[in-house]
Amino acid sequence: MKRLLQIEFIKLWNNRSSRILIISYFVLLTSIALVAAIKFDIGPIQFHLADQGIFNFPYIWHFNTFVTAFFKLFLAIVIVSMMSNEYSNKTIKQNLIDGLSKKEFILSKFLTVISFALISTLFVFVVSMILGLIYSDYDELSIIFSDLEFLLAYFVKLVGFFSFCLFLGILVKRSAFALGFLILWQVFEGFVRGMIRWKLFDSQTTDTVMGFFPLNSMYNLVKEPFTRLNAVQSVANQIGERVSLNYHVHWYEVVIVLIWTSVFISLSYLLLKKRDL
Amino acid sequence: METILTVSNLTKKFGYLTAVKDLSFTIEKGNVYGILGPNGSGKSTTLGIVLNVVNRSSGSFTWFDGRATTHEALKKVGAIIERPNFYPYMSAIQNLKLVCKIKEVTEDRIEDTLKLVGLWERKDSKFRTYSLGMKQRLAIASALLNDPEILILDEPTNGLDPQGIHQIRQIIKKIASQGTTILLASHLLDEVEKVCTHVVILRKGEKLYSGRVDNMMASQGYLELKCKDPSALVNLLEKDDRFDKIEEELGMVTVVLREKMDPGELNEFLFKKGIVLTHLVMRRESLEEQFLNLTKNQSN
Repeated sequence: MKRLLQIEFIKLWNNRSSRILIISYFVLLTSIALVAAIKFDIGPIQFHLADQGIFNFPYIWHFNTFVTAFFKLFLAIVIVSMMSNEYSNKTIKQNLIDGLSKKEFILSKFLTVISFALISTLFVFVVSMILGLIYSDYDELSIIFSDLEFLLAYFVKLVGFFSFCLFLGILVKRSAFALGFLILWQVFEGFVRGMIRWKLFDSQTTDTVMGFFPLNSMYNLVKEPFTRLNAVQSVANQIGERVSLNYHVHWYEVVIVLIWTSVFISLSYLLLKKRDL
Repeated sequence: METILTVSNLTKKFGYLTAVKDLSFTIEKGNVYGILGPNGSGKSTTLGIVLNVVNRSSGSFTWFDGRATTHEALKKVGAIIERPNFYPYMSAIQNLKLVCKIKEVTEDRIEDTLKLVGLWERKDSKFRTYSLGMKQRLAIASALLNDPEILILDEPTNGLDPQGIHQIRQIIKKIASQGTTILLASHLLDEVEKVCTHVVILRKGEKLYSGRVDNMMASQGYLELKCKDPSALVNLLEKDDRFDKIEEELGMVTVVLREKMDPGELNEFLFKKGIVLTHLVMRRESLEEQFLNLTKNQSN
């Protein structure tokens, strides 16, 4: 396992564009701390975002995992190109001839995906912890360490998404087209949602059905955190709207994403096994 | 003798096209093999199958008498296929270190192999800055990293300039002289003739011949003769059934021997008959002629 990770590391780290993308990704993850600096001070109106409670424990786990998940696109580019470059440089052929088995090849890529997700999760954990300790109104240990399931959901979400990218890289073999396909797929899911909401089901059933689609199921893992904010809720109350709060991570959502992950990885393996290089 | 590779009844179909048809041969340790055949005869496909990059349609192959799985066996093999495939953004040294990791061997042969192929001075240049000849030489260095039991070369001189071809041949000869088993696929016959002891000849995916180069044809060779009166010579030879295919061209008479014959004996015989030779050379057919004969016979 260590050997497979070392092999991938050599391939990735020596590639300048991958290296730049990976570094910028982690810089961006850290940059979430800059949100704390958002401060308006216009005469009587004083607004400091950090004071609005977004850095309160345990809410911060939810908020930060949701926001940082958008940066995953950077790593998506790295992962798609690390896969498709093996095809365009034909190095995959050389790797197999040199004695890497097809299983090991897929495994080395999957381990890389898991490492990326794991490091990202650790990163978000540390950054959130520091921000929380500085700005949170609550600092009892029991509160700090509650709702940590958002981190688990974040990890599973990244693994699922990156596995999808990996699969697209193998399927399409060209990085630009694979990324195009990813966007196309997102549009496709949106289109399906529109169609079944229009013709078939009510809004709740639509959500349930859409929860089984890959990208939507990944999105569902960490739901949007903004309606939980006190400020937003009080505004909603004033205009007579009741905000239903169902922001928890559900076990079946995790299972759906894990199933998609295994489907993508097995399909990648089958594709590699069946194709002549 | 130790068997390195056994191929039995291997078949590969690409849709309606059969690229390799019921092919069987074995590779023994210590010999230098050539796989010969015109373009599209299934050489590269066969090598692709035993190297785990092309899936077979039927038949089987085993490495080292089946003592290792294919990908384990490939760690003891050095192979170069068609064109060199390396990571363009990495230097020679970085690429070779990666290969060491994959083959699970130590990195201490990197320097030796790079020196052998004459790339040590350029070891830190990125692969994409290399010329085709240098790329091909790096591929050879990479194939030698694990001190392989067998070296497989597929068209190693394809697309190189004469100097590059010469360099690669020198390297191959050097490696062969060290006793490494080599399997060389090529359509360049003189290339194979110069280094190989055994050949497998393919045409349209079928095996025409496999065995030692010298046994390829039962021919005893042929003679080139010149004298003042060629027609008298031709007349004389035609009466003798030890000779075959007598041809005269520009005063030179070529004649194929049916049985083994000492040229001195012939000279003496002709002299007694009053024919004085001004030119007498005994030749064996080149591999090229034998190959053309063989493929021609089979197509009729």
